[in-house]
Amino acid sequence: MTAAPALSIPVTPASDASPAWRLPDRGKVGMMSFIIAESAIFTIFVVAYLFYLGKSLTGPTPRDVLETPIFYTICLLSSSVTIHLAVKRLARGRSLSFLLLWLLTIVLGGLFMYGTAQEWRRLIYEHGLTISTNLFGTTYFSLVGLHAFHVTVGLAMLAIVLVLGLTGRVRVAQSARVEVLSMYWHFVDVVWVVVFTVVYIVGR
Amino acid sequence: MTTPDLTSIFAPASTPARSIVDLSFFVLTITGVIFVVVAALLVYAVVKFRGRVADAGSEPPQVYGSTQIELAWTVIPILIVIVLVAATARVVHAIQDAPQPATALEITVIGHQFWWEYQYPQLGIVTANELHIPVSDPARPRPTFLTLLSADTDHSFWIPQLSGKTDLIPNRMNRMWIDPQRTGVFLGQCAQYCGTQHAKMLLRVSVDNPKDFDAWVMSQQQAAPEDSDVVDGRRVFETAACINCHTVRGTVANGRYGPDLTHLMSRGTIASGAAENTAENLRAWLQDPDAIKPGALMPAMKLSDPELDALVRYMQSLR
Amino acid sequence: MLQSWVTTVDHKRIGLLYILYALLFLVIAGVEAVIIRIQLMYPHNDFVSPQVFNQMFTMHGTTMIFFVAMPILFGFGNYLVPLMIGARDMAFPRLNAFSFWLSAVSGFVLYFSFLGGPGLYGAGAAPDVGWWAYAPLTARAFSPGSSSDYWTIAVLVSGFGSVATAVNLIATILGMRCPGMTLGRMPLLAWLYLTMSGMVLIAITPLSAAQLMLLVDRYLGGHFFDTQAGGSATLWMHFFWIFGHPEVYILIIPCFAFMSEIIPVFSRKPIFGYPVMVAATVCIAFVSMSVWAHHMFTIGMSSYANTFFVITTMAVGVPTGIKIFNWLGTMWGGRIQFKTPMLFAIAFLFQFLIAGLTGIMLAAAPFDWQLGLSYFVVAHFHYVIVGGILFAIFAAFYYWYPKVTGRMLSERLGKLHFWLFVIGFHLTFDLMHVPGILGMPRRIYTYEPGRGWDTLNLIVSIGAFIQGVAILVFVVNLIVSYWKGARAGKDPWDGWTLEWSVSSPPPAYNFASVPTVASRRPLWDEKHPEDPDSRYE
Repeated sequence: MTAAPALSIPVTPASDASPAWRLPDRGKVGMMSFIIAESAIFTIFVVAYLFYLGKSLTGPTPRDVLETPIFYTICLLSSSVTIHLAVKRLARGRSLSFLLLWLLTIVLGGLFMYGTAQEWRRLIYEHGLTISTNLFGTTYFSLVGLHAFHVTVGLAMLAIVLVLGLTGRVRVAQSARVEVLSMYWHFVDVVWVVVFTVVYIVGR
Repeated sequence: MTTPDLTSIFAPASTPARSIVDLSFFVLTITGVIFVVVAALLVYAVVKFRGRVADAGSEPPQVYGSTQIELAWTVIPILIVIVLVAATARVVHAIQDAPQPATALEITVIGHQFWWEYQYPQLGIVTANELHIPVSDPARPRPTFLTLLSADTDHSFWIPQLSGKTDLIPNRMNRMWIDPQRTGVFLGQCAQYCGTQHAKMLLRVSVDNPKDFDAWVMSQQQAAPEDSDVVDGRRVFETAACINCHTVRGTVANGRYGPDLTHLMSRGTIASGAAENTAENLRAWLQDPDAIKPGALMPAMKLSDPELDALVRYMQSLR
Repeated sequence: MLQSWVTTVDHKRIGLLYILYALLFLVIAGVEAVIIRIQLMYPHNDFVSPQVFNQMFTMHGTTMIFFVAMPILFGFGNYLVPLMIGARDMAFPRLNAFSFWLSAVSGFVLYFSFLGGPGLYGAGAAPDVGWWAYAPLTARAFSPGSSSDYWTIAVLVSGFGSVATAVNLIATILGMRCPGMTLGRMPLLAWLYLTMSGMVLIAITPLSAAQLMLLVDRYLGGHFFDTQAGGSATLWMHFFWIFGHPEVYILIIPCFAFMSEIIPVFSRKPIFGYPVMVAATVCIAFVSMSVWAHHMFTIGMSSYANTFFVITTMAVGVPTGIKIFNWLGTMWGGRIQFKTPMLFAIAFLFQFLIAGLTGIMLAAAPFDWQLGLSYFVVAHFHYVIVGGILFAIFAAFYYWYPKVTGRMLSERLGKLHFWLFVIGFHLTFDLMHVPGILGMPRRIYTYEPGRGWDTLNLIVSIGAFIQGVAILVFVVNLIVSYWKGARAGKDPWDGWTLEWSVSSPPPAYNFASVPTVASRRPLWDEKHPEDPDSRYE
């Protein structure tokens, strides 16, 4: 067994390595991986929703009670545009634009949640549809509720960043992390496109 | 009635079981050959290429791979898989898509925790736990086609000598068929975990020659015989809440939760095979089902000794 | 000292925490197996009640999969991946610690169930629905009380921990390789952990989703699996096995990684066909996502559906077989050293071959209609999990223990452990195929005499006890060698990957300076400057 000599030339830390050695950003890879995992969870709930369409033994059907939430969907989808712009502004050091666009994102997301709350109130109190009413109730509230939960968590994180931003702690140096957070927000919007299509278009 | 003691899948007595054995031999041969070849190569490698003392300090030739070899041991397995798939698909189709002849006997099997209900819709019979079916002669086939339902959780109907198993799943209807080629008693048991007493949800199928089968059908079609000797016991049966769960045709008892008892004494065992059908076991069961089958869903009825004795005599009158 | 371990974010310490945690649960789940085997030694035995027996097999299966196999493999991954790719730690050290503690807590939640309800000798409220927890057995109607909730919540939480670790491993392997280590030059262990982590992302999560649905049913009056309301019991089965089958590949792929590192070193040759090994593994990962309903051949799917799953299941055997041939090709023409790690590796090859072949048998659906849900299947999957996974894990222990502790494990005790375990393993699991063929179903707390099962079960149980003794020998070896083992030095096996270039144990920062590599075997290049791998790759 030969003794192994010290391995190779000392180099500077990997992140400052010569431009020839570039690796994917671990924040982005991490968030993409997380998004893939979450997509799998949503896929299963969507499959359950589609599988049970038309199979409820009793109770209101989607056609009876659902109203397409066009306005609130536009709000949510627009918030993807605003967050994208916010991130670009931050990267260019335009703190004020960043904060305004970020705030607008939160407002639009908040409007979406308000819309969801309104819809649920109507379904529960006016139509008597709850999660335990029938298969449609179970799958609808679970799927939309899971999405709403993810929007809520997203809004909380956006709010934290807003507060940090207002106290001057969010600058160009943080733009990469803010961009990673925005990936999550875009994911939440893409999920809504799928849920919207499945519940309000295909399912009726 | 013979009591067999083997429930081997390699002792088939019915067409689907036989097809499966034939396929198994084919698959086993192929996998056996693969095993012998690869294991031999492994043994050879381990023996031939063991490091010797003389080699210490030098390394063998460093080989990184070989495209041809990789191709060979990719293509050959693919071919083997194609052959296996073809052979398997044929049997899958032959068993699952077998047409049902007009002469087939129809039975509906309903799985319960922890017993089997059998209904013969063509014959107006309802019984439990022990199945009687006619033997099927290749010249004049009379297979039995089973519809499988469940009243509660998942179960699985498995009599290895008669066919592969099929599950009984609530809110789903499954179908299977058996085509027994010889008479005898064939054993099996529930194969899908269904709760505490899954282990004692046993199956007993009596394949009868046509004469015996017809005789059995006739007796099962009768209502329970009136027997003035067991009036006391019958009164206990009708007042102690037994009728809430059990049916005895010809009386007020028409409960559906537990097994039909109209012809209880035509069965060799009670509690779905958990005990021999003797007076002593009947008495023990009635006194406390948990003592024989802990977790069974029949409650102990807390009867006094004279009531128990009378009830057992009544049960024994249900031939 | 304790505080430093509890608050650590060092991947090596977290890796060790995972491994020690898993060893603890290995012993506990082993005891549960011994209880099962004692009960089954004789027909109509009454060592435990049916209720306790049902809890034993539920807890044994759940523990072994989620609280032994997953953590031990994540533990090895945590420890080895950064070292082998020339990194200082994982991509997200704090997330790493969080994942461990989340998983750790979930195991204790599951075992807390023994204390609930009627208490320990009545085995408390421990779940008894089997590790698959089929609906509607888990519905409130059939599982009153909270026993199945312990199962659901413990496994759900551990699933989140697993996903977090997978995210970490992917980000680490893609984003933190040392200069020169292109994807084509990383050790196979890194490739295989990358693949396994990708599978975790999309295979563990269906189970999490199904468990959330089950909680909705049990707590919010939902009807996902409520057959009385038109719900489907088979939907649970589909969701469970969409998780369950890839899960077994998630468990074996890291073991393939261990084999791919160990067999070359003890054959003194590079791995045969590195690119093919990578391709085969990725192929396995994809195809294994399409085989799940071979666990459901008996539920009454159409002949077309059944045939589809026959095709995919047999197909996945092809890349798996290719890997066996490549390991064989690695040994071929080599100079094999029969140290303990290699003994376990060779046994792995034989046993995994057999396990794969019984898998092909079961893939022939009609054969599965007879042998599914019987002891043949129990024998098959234990052959994979014990004969394959556990043997590979033992090999990994003997191989990397010197790196972790700076001491060699005793070869004498190692060989004793090996032979005892081989004898016990084969006594139990070779024979166990036969009761299945003779009609013995699974998950039964007792059986009828006179079916030809009696003697077989007795011998199977004896083999289990022997395996228990072998594990004790192993644990003794682990402990005694820590103090008395020969000093290991940096590179006791004359290895070729980066972990052997640092001291044993490695310093907290792993590498004094981040290395640069030019081939798949950087230390081979150092030791053989006249004939480096980089010339041939």
